[in-house]
Amino acid sequence: MFDWLFAPWPWYVAGPLLGLTVPLFMWIDNKRLGISSVLRHICAAAFPAKIPFFTYNWRNERWNLLFVFGIFIGAIIATNLLTAPASFEINSSLQTYLAAHQITQYPRGLPTDLFSWHSLFTMRGFICMVVGGFLVGFGTRYAGGCTSGHAITGISQFQWPSLVATICFMLGGILATYCILPFIL
Amino acid sequence: MQKNSVLQDTDIEINTDPCANPADTAPLPFSLALTFLIAGIYFGVLLTKAQVISWIRIQEMFHFQSFHMYGVIGSAIITGAIGVQVLKARKQQTITKQAITIRKVDFQKGQIVGGLIFGIGWALTGACPGPIFAIIGSGYSVFIVILVSALAGTWVYGRLRNRLPH
Repeated sequence: MFDWLFAPWPWYVAGPLLGLTVPLFMWIDNKRLGISSVLRHICAAAFPAKIPFFTYNWRNERWNLLFVFGIFIGAIIATNLLTAPASFEINSSLQTYLAAHQITQYPRGLPTDLFSWHSLFTMRGFICMVVGGFLVGFGTRYAGGCTSGHAITGISQFQWPSLVATICFMLGGILATYCILPFIL
Repeated sequence: MQKNSVLQDTDIEINTDPCANPADTAPLPFSLALTFLIAGIYFGVLLTKAQVISWIRIQEMFHFQSFHMYGVIGSAIITGAIGVQVLKARKQQTITKQAITIRKVDFQKGQIVGGLIFGIGWALTGACPGPIFAIIGSGYSVFIVILVSALAGTWVYGRLRNRLPH
């Protein structure tokens, strides 16, 4: 009866439940949901270095830091209490493509051949983690938002610049998938 | 609008006025703090259970091999949009009886250039910022490296901001 709880949740359950947070945050305290700005708040709190972009009162955004801490806790709960040990389903052509690059193990959907402390010192691991992480931080702030801020919140509020940003997220991702990843994996 | 800078704040995710006196810290009642913490737990469980934190699912999306991620993001947007329209139609106030305002997002070049840069990072790491925190929670400690790198990227953007086209 509770099998559904432990199986992966389908998009038509998780998507609407995620989207509900947008009106919920507006109703609770007039807040705009957005996660990547937390990276900015951490910089503002820890190393502002008199940079104007980081000299604002980050304490007013404490609620967002708590929200993100909750995401971390939620993932611990979901992984340890709500997940049955099962094999991870993968598209067969992606499986073949990754196998050609010696990527064969992906418990919980993350390839350990790519994302591990050991692979940090390989070229592909370094590019995917260190370079990729840097681009996520730089790009989201330059764009002024991320998938939650622009795609989910911005488009929900019919902000057309957020739609432009989201299209660019997708184009950048497709570009990296077809023009960068095949050469570094 | 920031001190020492004519460049307007382009961050759509900042909820407080960046020009406000830094000494003015709005109080955060315990009930509200707890609400946002619980909302975060809810969000984290959903991201994990819907496999949004999976590099494989993100790759399937960018290879057009699976509808899953399009379904998650698309249905989240549709639900969010309906919710926002309901709030507007009802002229709903917040719990504390404040008017709900929707601040307009202005177009700027960073949404294109920064968007493309973030997209590349999204495909490489398989993680947008929310999932980074969720992946660390799900036990992949190496994602702390990605988090530190993302913080470095954010900081470097802040440092170079005045020299970048907006």
